Amino acid sequence: MDFDRIKEKLNILADAAKYDVSCSSSGSKRKNTNKGLGDSSGMGICHSYTQDGRCVSLLKILLTNHCIFDCAYCVTRKSNDIKRAAFKVQEVVDLTISFYRRNYIEGLFLSSGIFKSPDHTMERLISVAKKLRLEENFNGYIHLKSIPGASDELMREAGLYADRLSVNIEIPTKSGLKLLAPDKKHEDFMKPMKKVKDEIIQYKEESRLIKSTPKYAPAGQSTQMIVGATGESDRDIMYSSAFFYKKYNMKRVYYSGYVPISNDPRLPAIGSQVPMLRENRLYQTDWLMRFYGFDIRELLNDDFLHLDMEIDPKLSWALRNRHLFPLDINRVEKQLLLRVPGIGLKSVNKIIQSRKYRKLNWEHLQKIGIATNKAKYFITCDSREKELKDLSSESLKQIILKNSHSKYIKDLSPQLSLF
Amino acid sequence: MPDTVLKYDGSFMGFLTCIFMAYEQKLNIVEIVPAGEDQNQLFAETLEAITDEQKALRVIKGLKAKVSRNGMLRLKWAFLSEAPGIEMKLYDMCKYIFSSKQKVDTDYSHPSVLYITNIAKQVGREKHRMEAFVRFRLTKDDIYFAIIEPDFNVLPIIIKHFKSRYADQKWLIYDIKRKYGAYYDLNKTEFVSMELPEDIGISGGNLEYFDPGEIYFQKLWKEYFDSTNIKSRVNMRLHVQHVPKRYWKYLSEKSVFT
Repeated sequence: MDFDRIKEKLNILADAAKYDVSCSSSGSKRKNTNKGLGDSSGMGICHSYTQDGRCVSLLKILLTNHCIFDCAYCVTRKSNDIKRAAFKVQEVVDLTISFYRRNYIEGLFLSSGIFKSPDHTMERLISVAKKLRLEENFNGYIHLKSIPGASDELMREAGLYADRLSVNIEIPTKSGLKLLAPDKKHEDFMKPMKKVKDEIIQYKEESRLIKSTPKYAPAGQSTQMIVGATGESDRDIMYSSAFFYKKYNMKRVYYSGYVPISNDPRLPAIGSQVPMLRENRLYQTDWLMRFYGFDIRELLNDDFLHLDMEIDPKLSWALRNRHLFPLDINRVEKQLLLRVPGIGLKSVNKIIQSRKYRKLNWEHLQKIGIATNKAKYFITCDSREKELKDLSSESLKQIILKNSHSKYIKDLSPQLSLF
Repeated sequence: MPDTVLKYDGSFMGFLTCIFMAYEQKLNIVEIVPAGEDQNQLFAETLEAITDEQKALRVIKGLKAKVSRNGMLRLKWAFLSEAPGIEMKLYDMCKYIFSSKQKVDTDYSHPSVLYITNIAKQVGREKHRMEAFVRFRLTKDDIYFAIIEPDFNVLPIIIKHFKSRYADQKWLIYDIKRKYGAYYDLNKTEFVSMELPEDIGISGGNLEYFDPGEIYFQKLWKEYFDSTNIKSRVNMRLHVQHVPKRYWKYLSEKSVFT
């Protein structure tokens, strides 16, 4: 191995891959049954964290950053004047195995710029995964990028070796895509996504009948959208997201605050702030939709196009629906408990378990770990003290804000500090 | 019944033997201490508990009938915390479990249940961190070698994870704080004790002990780590929250190579 050469390639091709935020390594069911290397049947593990606070779980690299496309939002776009490099298939295999054996990573996340043609690129990605599985007996996690425009046959093969496949939709609206990636068609993104979804369903059916059916992308599909590049509303983003969850059985949709990387007049200028707070609120909304039983239309709609940046989306929803509260913590069923601001999934389960033994009061609730500073205005419990005041939603919001510390305080509107 | 202090050998089985004795002899236990540690009670009678596997297994059987699988695991993990006085907390919880008709290990409004749950959670977190932050270095004898120094005694509960993952390579994880390690020889794991040279380090280390390629992989990994950072998003607060500084020593990517 020529370490210096590999080091240089790693520098270029990891740098180019870092804007893909997905780093999940969980949800696969690949056990180490052949006394080989690796096991990805458990939960995901973050082996390190970068200084920006993101988890490092997979070796995330591009096979190459040569690309025939010129998408404005992308660092590897054709017209960008940057250093280009390409890994050989065997180099990626060796690097993955050596890192995995040292417990640096859970597996590989391989993406690529599109060279020659989508099919040609996809083929090379597949050959890396195939080599890892068949020659190296590797059971670690493999995430492959589905290249927009790749053929159905290749997508079928990819799923046999990869744990997860993903196509990044990047731009949440069709008009935005037309503006920023004129050579890409909306359909090119959808085609591999649909193929993978159909194959997953088919393999699941078959494995019900025949136990030895091979695994097909056991950790499912994911996608990613850039936030804040094209002036889209939070509603636009979350409605597309809901669409992907529903229509394509996505395991995850990721939201990536746009990091300015070019002087293109169509995009936010270099140096403008990454919308991290907005990204965070979008993730909170995503969670409410997937785990808390909210319909996206309750959280965002024609009257409510943007999320409130000052407070979390659940609190914001509750303040718009005061007529549903207060709820009695000792009686109300799980679905409603999940809707109380300041009570998360784990606390909901703990409340349900422990209220079987005795009626819970404020002290119990606090020890269990709910955020009483928010929750107390929306619940009653086994205690005389009631925190319900006949306040308007607006003044309630101000009280809650005053009594809590947002870690984003410096990112909020500067007007706030005047009061 | 006079107040009684039980001394045991520090093992989990030894501790369970104490519980057995407490019930069998209807003792009024005020303290349970591992051998070698001083007791706090001055006027209590001291009894020595001699670890008896049969008795311990009967306690386990009794507990299993009255707690969930998770509850059982939590008791074990809380014990591994080695927190001062953990034995009495566990004994309190066992008393609560044995005295109730229904399963009570999910009664989070009970103080000992909540205490044990929380401390088991801390141990679980340490277990997970060790599974994440252990960094193997390949030695000259072809063994993947790692040193740990965990807050809690988690080595016994991380073995399974590494065994199912690294089934085709020899590895050794050594706890330098508690002076024992787990060695996997491609067939089975066993506990070992040894003297380690000072300059073997947690990362880097004297090159003469390691495979010639080893240091390059550490450097490549650091290169990767540096390249994957997005500078315009730096958030050191979050970073330190995820990797508290006491764990930095494990991470070769955070140490400086020249």
